[in-house]
Amino acid sequence: MSAALESYQGSLVLRGVEISLAERRLIGPLNLSVAPGEIVTLMGPSGCGKSSLLGYLCGTLDPAFRGAGQVMLGADEISTLLPERRRVGILFQDDLLFPHLSVADNLAFGLPASVRGRPARRARIEAALIEADLEGFADRDPATLSGGQRARIALLRTLLSAPRALLLDEPFSKLDARLRDRVRRFVFEHARRNALPSLLVTHDPADAQAAGGKVFEVGPG
Amino acid sequence: MSRAGTPRGGVLRHAPGLTLGLFLVPIAAGLVGTWLPAFGYLPALGGTSLGFESWRALLNHTSLPGAMRLTLTSGILASALSLALVIAFVASCHGTRLYRRLRRALTPLLAVPHVAMAIGLAFLIAPSGWLARLISPWASGWTTPPDVAIVNDPYGLALAFGLVVKEMPYLLLMTMAALGQAQADQRMAVARALGYGPVVGWLKTVLPAVYAQIRLPVYAVIAYSLSVVDMAMVLAPATPPPLAVLILRWFNDPDLSLRFLAAAGAVLQLFTVILAIAAWNLSERVVMRLGRRWIVEGWRGGGGGLARHMAGGAMSLLYAVAGLSVAVLGIWSLAGRWRYPGAFPADISFGAWTRHLHDLLWATSTTLIVGLAAAGLALALALACLENERRRALRTTNRALWLLYTPLLVPQVAFLFGFQVIAVRAGIDGTWGTLIWSHVLFVLPYVFLSLAEPYRALDERYARAAMCLGATPNRVFWRVKVPMLLRPILIAFAIGFAISVAQYLPTVFAGGGRFVTLTTEAVALSGGGDRRVVGVFAFVQAALPLLAFAAAFAVPAWIFRHRHALRLPS
Amino acid sequence: MRLLRAIALFSAVLGISAPPASAEALKWDVIAAKAKDQTVYWNAWGGDERINAYIAWAGERIWNDYGVTLRHVKLSDTGEAVSRVLAEKTAGRDSDGSVDLIWINGENFAAMKRNQLLFGPFTQALPNFKLVDFAGKPTTLVDFTVPVEGLEAPWGMAKINFVYDSARIQTPPRSIPEFLDWAKANKGRFTYPAPPDFIGSTFLKQVMIELTPDPAALQKPAPEGAAFDTATAPLWSYLEALHPHLWRGGKIFPASGTAQMQMLDDGEVDIAISFYPSDAASLAQNGRLPESARIFVLEGGTIGNTHFVAIPYNARAKEGAMVLANFLMSPEAQARKQDTAVWGDQTVLDVAGLDPAGKKRFDALPAHPALLPPEALGPTLLEPHPSWMTRIEAEWQRRFGG
Repeated sequence: MSAALESYQGSLVLRGVEISLAERRLIGPLNLSVAPGEIVTLMGPSGCGKSSLLGYLCGTLDPAFRGAGQVMLGADEISTLLPERRRVGILFQDDLLFPHLSVADNLAFGLPASVRGRPARRARIEAALIEADLEGFADRDPATLSGGQRARIALLRTLLSAPRALLLDEPFSKLDARLRDRVRRFVFEHARRNALPSLLVTHDPADAQAAGGKVFEVGPG
Repeated sequence: MSRAGTPRGGVLRHAPGLTLGLFLVPIAAGLVGTWLPAFGYLPALGGTSLGFESWRALLNHTSLPGAMRLTLTSGILASALSLALVIAFVASCHGTRLYRRLRRALTPLLAVPHVAMAIGLAFLIAPSGWLARLISPWASGWTTPPDVAIVNDPYGLALAFGLVVKEMPYLLLMTMAALGQAQADQRMAVARALGYGPVVGWLKTVLPAVYAQIRLPVYAVIAYSLSVVDMAMVLAPATPPPLAVLILRWFNDPDLSLRFLAAAGAVLQLFTVILAIAAWNLSERVVMRLGRRWIVEGWRGGGGGLARHMAGGAMSLLYAVAGLSVAVLGIWSLAGRWRYPGAFPADISFGAWTRHLHDLLWATSTTLIVGLAAAGLALALALACLENERRRALRTTNRALWLLYTPLLVPQVAFLFGFQVIAVRAGIDGTWGTLIWSHVLFVLPYVFLSLAEPYRALDERYARAAMCLGATPNRVFWRVKVPMLLRPILIAFAIGFAISVAQYLPTVFAGGGRFVTLTTEAVALSGGGDRRVVGVFAFVQAALPLLAFAAAFAVPAWIFRHRHALRLPS
Repeated sequence: MRLLRAIALFSAVLGISAPPASAEALKWDVIAAKAKDQTVYWNAWGGDERINAYIAWAGERIWNDYGVTLRHVKLSDTGEAVSRVLAEKTAGRDSDGSVDLIWINGENFAAMKRNQLLFGPFTQALPNFKLVDFAGKPTTLVDFTVPVEGLEAPWGMAKINFVYDSARIQTPPRSIPEFLDWAKANKGRFTYPAPPDFIGSTFLKQVMIELTPDPAALQKPAPEGAAFDTATAPLWSYLEALHPHLWRGGKIFPASGTAQMQMLDDGEVDIAISFYPSDAASLAQNGRLPESARIFVLEGGTIGNTHFVAIPYNARAKEGAMVLANFLMSPEAQARKQDTAVWGDQTVLDVAGLDPAGKKRFDALPAHPALLPPEALGPTLLEPHPSWMTRIEAEWQRRFGG
C-alpha cells in the first residue's frame, strides 16, 4: 500500500537474543532471520517472555527485565538505538488508540514530521483511510468505533510511521472469532505488500497457520 | 546491550532528590533552628550556652497543664471520632445510594479551607448563631442568646467538632481510595457467600486491609489535630488556648526572652505528636489482636439496618453542618441589619463587599499568586518524579512514602519558627519565593499522593506504542500522557491550590507578616470583626478552592466533549 | 497665640532630648521628594474593618498626593510588630527592616523606646504636627507616663466609655464598685476582653485606679514584691468577686473589644467597654449596634490616652512613613477619622486653632444621640506607668489565664 513512505528492503535478524528476569533466562539465545514480506511466528505459553522479547526489539523493554543480543535491520544494528529511532512498528493485543485524539489525529501522530504541511499530511491520512475502507472516519472519536475498525486504524497508524519491520504482539487475541480472520488477513496482507519483515508472537495455532511462515517455539528449555 | 531510557532523563533523574531536598531541608533546618533555642542556644538573644532553663520555665508555666489537657482531649477526640465515623459509615452504607451520593459531595467538603469552615461553624452553632436564631424565640423561648459556652468551650469540644467536620472527609476519601486496592468487592462477595452480614463481613474482611492503607493518613490527622492553630484560634478557648496557639503567642510576644520558652514549647509539641502517634500505634496492635480473635469466632452479624441508619444519619448530619456553615458565611456577607433572634437578615446589603473591595482584591490576588505558583511547582515536581519513576522503573518504597508524609506529620509550629530564623539569617524572609516555597512543603505531598495512583495506573503500552511510532519520550509525555491524564492532573492541581489557600502559619512565618492572604485576613478578623466582613473574606476563601475544583472537572469535560473514553470519570 | 504656646510646651517637654537625626534629612521637601515611589509597610492592629477601611482610604490619598504606596500589615496584637523589629535588631538587620510604621502607644512604645528601636525624633519635621492640641491634650506628649520626645506622631484620642442598649437597661452603673453590684443583679450580662487585648487591660487599670490605696504610685514604675501585692490586692479581690457573675461565669472571655460589641448587639451582654467615645454612634450608624445604643462614663472619670504612629530605627521607607504620619495629622484625615460614619476616633488637633477650611471640616461632622458632648465625658484619668500594665497582665494570666 501507499501508506509506507518508502519500501525498505532488509531483513530483521536476531543474533543470540536473550531475555532474562532476575538472572533467570526466559528466552533464548535466539537466532533467526525474517526476510522482507515474511511473517515469522513465535509460539509459546503466556508469561514465557514473548512480549518482553518484542519490547527488547523495539527498545521499550521493561527495565525489570534484561535483554541481550544483536538485532539487525538490514545492515543496521538497531539494538543500541533509542526506541523512537529504530523504526520498528508494533501492534499490541489492544489497539491502544489514543483516546484523547480523533482518528485522524491518531494517524497524524504516527505520520513522520518529514511529511510537511497540513494539506499534505491530511491527504496522506485520507488516502490511508480510503484504502482501508474507512473513508469519512477522520474526525470520529475512536471510542465510537467497532473493534475491527479500531484494529485496522491501529495498523494504519503503525504503517504511516514508515516502519522497517513489524512486530505483532497477539494483536488478534481480543477480537471475536468472526472479526479475527478478517483483521488477520488485513494485517498480513499489508505487511506483505509493504515488504515488511514481520514477527508475530501468539499462542493461537490458527494465527501461525494464517501467517504461513516459519514457526518457532519459544520459552525456557 | 541496551536498556530503554537509561541514557536519557538527565534532568529528570534529579527530580526525586530535588523534591525531597526541597522539603526535607527546610524541615530539618527548621527543627534545628527550633531545638537549639529550646535548650538555650540563640546567640542573637544572648543565649550562648546550652541548658534546661526554658524547659523549667515551660513545665512550671501556669498555662501549660490546661493547654496540654485541651490539646490532647480535642486532638485525640477529633481523630478517633473522625476515624470511627468513617469506618462505621463505609462498613454499614457501602453500596447504598446514600454512599454514592455522599461520595460525589465529598470534593466540595474537602475543598473548603479549615478557617472558613471554622468561622462558618462558629456562626452556625454559637448561642447567637444561625441555628439558635432559626429556633428562637418561637421554639426555644430565647429572646437573648443562652449563656452556654458552645463555641470556645473550656473542653475544646467545639474545636474537636470542627476538626471532625474537616478531617473526616479526608479520611473518608483515603478510605474510599483504599477500597479498590483492597479488592473490597471480591472480599465482600466471599464473606457474604459464607453467610456474613454486610457490616460484620466488611469489618472482618475489608477493614484490616483498608486500615493498613489509611494508617499514614490517620497519623497525619492526629498530628494535624494536635497542632492546629487557625481553627483553634476561632473555636478553642483562649484562657488557656491549646498548646500550639500558646506557643504562637509566646513567639509573638514583645518580650523576646519568651522565644526560648516558645522554642521549648515547639519541641514539646513535636513530642506530644510523636507520643500520641506511638500510643495510637500501640492501641492499634491491641485492637488488631482482639480483632483477630473476633474475626475467627464465627459471629456473622445481621442485616446492619440500625447501624446503617445511625452511621448514615451521623454522616449526613456532618455534611449538612458543613454545607450550612459555608452558607451562613455567604448570608452574613450579604446581611444588612441582622439582630438576634431574627432567623434571617432584615435587609440585604452589598456594603461589606463594596467597602472592602480593595482589601479583598489585594488578599485574593496574593492568595491566587501563591496558590497557583505553589500548586504549579508541586505539580511539576510530582510529574517529574513520577515520570522519572516510570522511565527508570523505580518502585516507591514504604520509606519514601513516610518521607513524603513528613510535612504532614511534623507539626508546623515545631519547625516554622526555626525556618523563619534561618530565612532571616539568609536574608530571604518575606519574599515571594520563600512564601511559595513554604507552601510547596505542604502542597507537594497531597499533589503527589493524588497524582501517583492515576499516573501509575496509566497503561504503559500507550507510551510504548507512541515510542514505536517514532515519538521521543518528551513528545510521549506531552502529547500522550498529559492529555490522557488531564483530569487527574488538574484535580491534583486543584487539591494543591486548595491546600495552599488554607495555609495560615507558613504565610505568617515565611511571609514575614508582609503578605496578606484571604486566610490571614479571615483569621485576623475572626477575633471580633464585623460578621459581615468576616463572612466576605471567609466566603471568598471557601469559594476559590471550590472554583478550582469546578474548573478541574469542567475543563477536561469540555476539551474532551467529543472523546467518549475520557468524558466520564473512570 | 495658641500655636506659640503649643510650641513652647512642646519644646519644654522635649527638654534635653537628642537633636534630630540631621537637619538636612528632616527638611520637609527633601522628605516628600525621597518618599515618592516608596512602599510603606504600616503594621497596624487589623481587628476592626472600619479602621482598616480608613487606612485603605489614607493609602489612596497618599498615593495620589505623594506617590507613596501603603501596605497595611494587619496585626492581631501590636506586640507582633515590636517583636519583629526587635528580632531584626538581634539578627543584625539595622537597615532595610520589614516594618516602616507602627500604630502604637503605651507599653509597646515604652519597650521600643527602651530598646532604642525607634527612628527620630522626627515629628517636628512634619508640617501638620504644629496643629496638634498639646495644651488641651497633654497625653499627646506623655504616653503612659513616658515622654514622647518626638519619637511618635499623635494620631487619635481614646477614652474609656461604656456602651449599652438604652432599650434594655435604664440605670447603668456609674463606678467600679457599682459595676460589681450591677453584675450580681444581672448575672452573665457583662464581661471584658481577656488581656492582653488593650481594652481588657485598660479595664483592669480602670479598676486599679479606682480601688488602689495610692493612685499616685501608679504614675511611677511598678514596685517589686510586697509593695506590688499591696497595691494590686484590691484589684484581685474585686475580680475574684466579679468573675462568677460575668458572662460564661467568668470562665471564658471575649477575644477583643470588637467581639464584645458584637455580643452587645446579639444581646449576649448588656454593657460593652469601648475606647472611642464615638464608637457607639459609629457602630449604630453602620448597622452593627441598635439605634438605641448609648454610652456612659464613670463618675470618678475614666482612663484616656493618645495613640500614635512611630517609625522603627531600621525602617526601609522612613520618608514615606513620615509623609504618611504627616497626612494622618492633617485636618482632612483627622476630620474623616472622627466622622462616626467612618470610624469615630477623636482628633488630636486643636480644632479651634485651625484655619476656617479645616474648622469647617469638623463642623460638618454629623451629630448622633449616642455621642456625648466633651463636657459630659467626665474627667480623663492618666494611664499608669507601662510597667504596671505588663505586671498586671502577667498576674492576670497566672490567676485566670490557665
